[in-house]
Amino acid sequence: MSAINSPALDRRQFLKLGGMLGGGLIVGLQLPAQVLAAQPEASLTDLGAFIRIGHDNQVTLVMPMAEVGQGVYMAQSMLLAEELEVDVDTVKVLASPANAALYGNPAIGGYQVTGGSTTIRAFWTPLRQAGAVARTLLIAAAAQVWKVDPASCKASSGYVYDASGQRKLSYGELVDVAAGLPQPAADSVVLKTREQMTLLGKPHHRIDTPDKVRGKAQYGIDFQTANLKHAAIAVCPVLGGKPVAVDEAAIKAVRGVQQVVLTDEAVAVVADNTWAAMKGLRAASIQWDFGDNASVGMEEVVQQLDSESQQSGGLARNDGDVEKALASATTRLEAVYQLPFLSHAPMEPMNYTVEITDKRCDVWGGCQTLTLAQATVAQLTGLPPESVFINNFLMGGAFGRRLELDGMIHAVKVAKQVQGPVKVIWSREEDIQHGFYRPYYYDRLWGGLDAEGKPVAWFHRVSGSSIMARAFPGAFVNGVDPDGVEGAKEPPYEFDNIRVEFRRVEPRGVLTSWWRGVGPTHNVFMVESFIDEMAAAAKQDPASYRLALLGNNPRARQVLELALKQAGWGKQLPERHGLGVSVQFAFGSYLAMVAEVAVSEQGAVRCQRIHAVIDCGLTVNPDTVKAQIEGGAVFGLTAALYGAITVKDGQVQQSNFDTYQPVRMYEAPLVDVHIVDSLEAPGGVGETGTAAVFPAITNAVFAATGKRIRTLPINPSELKV
Amino acid sequence: MAIQLQINGKPYDLDVDDDMPLLWAIRDIVGLTGTKFGCGKALCGACTVMLNNQAIRSCLTPVSVAKGGSITTIESIDALPQGKALQQAWVELDVPQCGYCQSGQLMSATALLLSNAHPTDADIDGAMSGNVCRCGTYQRIRQAIKNAAQEV
Ligand code: FES
Ligand code: FES
Repeated sequence: MSAINSPALDRRQFLKLGGMLGGGLIVGLQLPAQVLAAQPEASLTDLGAFIRIGHDNQVTLVMPMAEVGQGVYMAQSMLLAEELEVDVDTVKVLASPANAALYGNPAIGGYQVTGGSTTIRAFWTPLRQAGAVARTLLIAAAAQVWKVDPASCKASSGYVYDASGQRKLSYGELVDVAAGLPQPAADSVVLKTREQMTLLGKPHHRIDTPDKVRGKAQYGIDFQTANLKHAAIAVCPVLGGKPVAVDEAAIKAVRGVQQVVLTDEAVAVVADNTWAAMKGLRAASIQWDFGDNASVGMEEVVQQLDSESQQSGGLARNDGDVEKALASATTRLEAVYQLPFLSHAPMEPMNYTVEITDKRCDVWGGCQTLTLAQATVAQLTGLPPESVFINNFLMGGAFGRRLELDGMIHAVKVAKQVQGPVKVIWSREEDIQHGFYRPYYYDRLWGGLDAEGKPVAWFHRVSGSSIMARAFPGAFVNGVDPDGVEGAKEPPYEFDNIRVEFRRVEPRGVLTSWWRGVGPTHNVFMVESFIDEMAAAAKQDPASYRLALLGNNPRARQVLELALKQAGWGKQLPERHGLGVSVQFAFGSYLAMVAEVAVSEQGAVRCQRIHAVIDCGLTVNPDTVKAQIEGGAVFGLTAALYGAITVKDGQVQQSNFDTYQPVRMYEAPLVDVHIVDSLEAPGGVGETGTAAVFPAITNAVFAATGKRIRTLPINPSELKV
Repeated sequence: MAIQLQINGKPYDLDVDDDMPLLWAIRDIVGLTGTKFGCGKALCGACTVMLNNQAIRSCLTPVSVAKGGSITTIESIDALPQGKALQQAWVELDVPQCGYCQSGQLMSATALLLSNAHPTDADIDGAMSGNVCRCGTYQRIRQAIKNAAQEV
C-alpha cells in the first residue's frame, strides 16, 4: 500500500499529483477488491484513494466515490483519524474527480464521499492501516530530527512528542522529512485494539450537518455559473419512442424561452430560468412516435413472470435432496410472492449541468460512477476522456438511482445543441416516470415440514430481471444473478435440504436497476414471510419457531432474542393489533426487527413502533448506524404500504408524490434501535433496515388479522373487516 | 415587468412574470439556493418558505402573491430565536441524512413554533406532514422540534 505501489497511479502520476497538491506527505490507499467490484469501471487512469498531510497540517482524504447521505464521510474520517492520531474534525474528505489533471481546482473540491453498504466493511482495515503508515512515518521523521529512537516518541492530536513530552513537532513540520523515508508495508503496522480506540465506536456528530441546516450545502441542482441557461426536459413516455414534432411557435411565445432542442428520445426547452423552460415545455404539444413498447402493460409483465417462473432457473444452491424431502414431508407448503416495480424517487429530482466547447466538456452534478461517466460522456461528445470533467456534488438522496447514467446522457445530448452551460432539470413527474426501477419479482417457494412441524425442505425460485446480466455480464454466471439471490441463498436458518434458483425474466419496455437493499430487500421479504407461514402451518409461535432453527447461529439468535425482549413479544394487544418479526443476515450484519401494527376496520395498516436490534460488528459511529436503520425502515415502510410503479400502454402511471406516496410524519413509526456490543468485523448498515421492515410489517399484519400478505404493496381492501 | 419582493429583510426588484412561482424567483433570479425544488405541486414541502411568518409552498405561490409581503428563507431563520433554536436542535440530534428536504422541514418547523410555542405531537403531525423526507428522518425531526420548543 505504499504510495508508489498504489495500483491506480504510477510513480510519475503520483509525483505530479503531489506537486499539484502542493507537496506534503502522501500515502496511497489500496482499494479492497469489493470496492473495486462495486466500481468495476475503475481503471488504471483512475485516481484511486489516498491521504495527504500538508505543510499547513491539513489532513485530506481523497476517495473515488461520492456521498449520498448516509454519513460515510464522517465514518471514513474517523477510521483514518483513529490511527493517524489527529482530531477527526480536522480531516477533510474530498471526492476525487474523474480526471486527475483537474484536481486542485477549487471549483471541484469540497465534496464528499460514499460507497454502498460495503463502505465501512471495505475500508475498515485499509483506512486504519493508511493512518498507521502515515503516523509511523511522521514519528520516524521526528525521531530522525531529534536523533532519538522512534519507539520513544508518541503521536497525539497532530503532533509528535519526544519521550519527555517536552519537545513536539507538528505533522506539517514533519511531512517533508517523512516523505523522504521508506514507507512501511501496510500489513507491517500494528493497529490499535478495541480498548485502545478513542474515537471508533463512540457517537460523533456529522460534520456536514451545520451546512445542511443553514441551506448552505450545495447539491447538483444548486450549481450556478455565469450565463447559465436552464432547460426543462420531456423524455418520451414510452421507452424507445421518439419525438416527431413540437409546436415551436407556442413554445417560443413564452417569455424567456431561448431554444427548443430535440434529441433522439426527448424534447428540451432552454430558457433564461427554470420556470420559463417549464412553461415552454408545457406549451409544446409534443407528438411522439411511441414505437414498439406502446403495448406494454402489467398483465403482460406478470403473465410472462408467472409462466417462466414455472420452469427451473440457474442453480444458486443445492444442499441435500429437496425433491425427495418434499415428497416425504408430512406437510407441504407452496406460495407465490410478488414484489412490484419501485421508483427510487430521491428528494432531489434528476438534474445535470453541462457545458460543451470544442475543447472540453464539463458536467456538474451528483454521480456515483465517475470514471464510467467520463468515458460515456467522452463517447457522446467525441472528446477524449481527459477532456471530460465530471464535477461531483452532494446528492439529495439516490438510493441507487445515480448509479445509472441516463440523466447525464440526456443532459449531454441537450448541451450538444446549446451554446454555453445549460442546467437540465427533470420535473418530479419525469423523475418518477423515467426511472430504472426495482425489478418486479415473482418468486415461488416450496416447503416441507415433518410430523413435528420442523422444516425438512426449502425450495426458493427467484424470478425477475437480472441487473447484473445487463450491467456486469461477467458476474452473471450459470444463469444466476448473485444480487438476485442474495438473502435467499444463505437464510440464517439451518436446512438440510435447500435449493435456490434464479430465473432471469426481462420485462419488455421497462428498465431495471439496483434499489436500496438490492437482493436482501426482495429476498428477506420472501424468506421471512415463508418461514412465518411454516410456523403458522406448524401451529407454533413464529419467534420460537425461528429460534429453534438458529441453533448454530449465535449472533442471529442473540439479536432476535433481544428484539423480542425489547418489543415485549407475547404481550396482550388490542383487537387488530399485531407484532411481526423478521431476522436476517445481510451485508455482513445481523438484524432482527419486531414491528407493531394496527389494522383499521377499513384495512389501513399503521405501524406505530419498530424495535430493531443489530449486530454489525465493531461500529464506527453508532449514531449513524441508528440513523440508517431508522431511515431505512421508513423507506421500506413506504414501499410496503404504498410503493408500486405500474405500466399501461408502455407508460408509467404514477407521476408525483400523490400517486407515488411516501410515508409522512403523521404515520412514521418510532424506530428503536439497539446496537449489540460486538467485536466481530464491521458489517454494512445502510440497507439493512429497509430489507428487514417488509416482512416485519406483513407478519405483524398476519398476527393482527390472520391474513397473509404475499403481494406488495399491502392492499387495504383485502384487510377490511 | 418588475416586481418588488422583500426577502430576508432585503428588497429585490425582479423583472419576472407575475405567474413565476416564488421558488424559481428565489433560486434562479435572486440566487438563494437553500430553498429546494422537490415536486412542483405542493406535495413535498422541500420549497417551503415563510411569507409573513406563515409557511407556504413556494413552488405553487406566484410572485404576485408575495408582493408587499415579507419572505423568509432558510438562509435567514437564524435571525429568529425559534429558527436558531431549531437549527441547533437539528445539529444536536444530527437530523439530516442527505439533507435535501431539511431546509423545508426547518421552515415548516419555524412557522410552527412561531404560532405555537409548545406544540403537541398532533400539532407536529399537522404542521409537518406536508414535508416529505425520503431518507426517513421524521422521528429525529419530531424530537428536535420538541427540544427546540424547550429552549425558546
Ligand atoms: S417543491 Fe414545493 S411542495 Fe414540493
Ligand atoms: S434528509 Fe434526505 S430527504 Fe430528508
